[in-house]
Amino acid sequence: MALNILYFAWVREKIGRGDETVTPPATVETVAQLIDWLAGQSPKHSEAFKNRAQIRVAVDQTHSAHAAKIAGAKEVAFFPPVTGG
Amino acid sequence: MDIRVQKDAFGIGAETDTFAARNKTSGAICTFIGQMRDFRGADKQTGEAIATMELDAYPGMADKQLLDLATEAKSRWPLDDIAIIHRYGPLKPAEAIVFVATASAHRGDAFAACEFLMDWLKTKAPFWKKETGPSGSSWVAALESDDDRAKRWEKT
Repeated sequence: MALNILYFAWVREKIGRGDETVTPPATVETVAQLIDWLAGQSPKHSEAFKNRAQIRVAVDQTHSAHAAKIAGAKEVAFFPPVTGG
Repeated sequence: MDIRVQKDAFGIGAETDTFAARNKTSGAICTFIGQMRDFRGADKQTGEAIATMELDAYPGMADKQLLDLATEAKSRWPLDDIAIIHRYGPLKPAEAIVFVATASAHRGDAFAACEFLMDWLKTKAPFWKKETGPSGSSWVAALESDDDRAKRWEKT
């Protein structure tokens, strides 16, 4: 299943792009597994995802835990802790 | 409710007037303004703006998240109206970043809801600040104290 991936703030800068469409293998079932898989895609991805504790996730625009399942998701976004307001 | 995520600057006086005018039956209106701090005093010789700010946003989710926060506030307090305006893109020193207004019959609920909205917005709304000064640009780090403030409102 094609998945739209979005990156924001320093995650986007480290990866060098704001979005990409990926097709992870069926064994990738959770956000954590998706991070592991994405980290293996390039040295930039690996660097961006190095400190997992600093990575926040939204699945289909809803804040989600790393343990959350991604079955049926269309859009997954990765970003640092938010600093608006 | 009036929820806006916008690139353009807004006037805090005009927004407050508009909000008050459409809530004439509310006895209490509480507003909060978060503004970009003016760091320009640091370089008095040139008088130039030595700090600018860029706000990154997740457009679709930002609107949705602010609407969810407003809906949650309305479920907790008897509010007549809520307005939330949040900027994104480049900001100049002393410009408003965020405007939150609550209207209620009495001040207690308006104050509490306004504080709740800001505390949750700070930890949930998908915006990221990047500051640029003489030594370069850096992303603002999230504060643990913001997490602590947000946790106070969690239902047990």
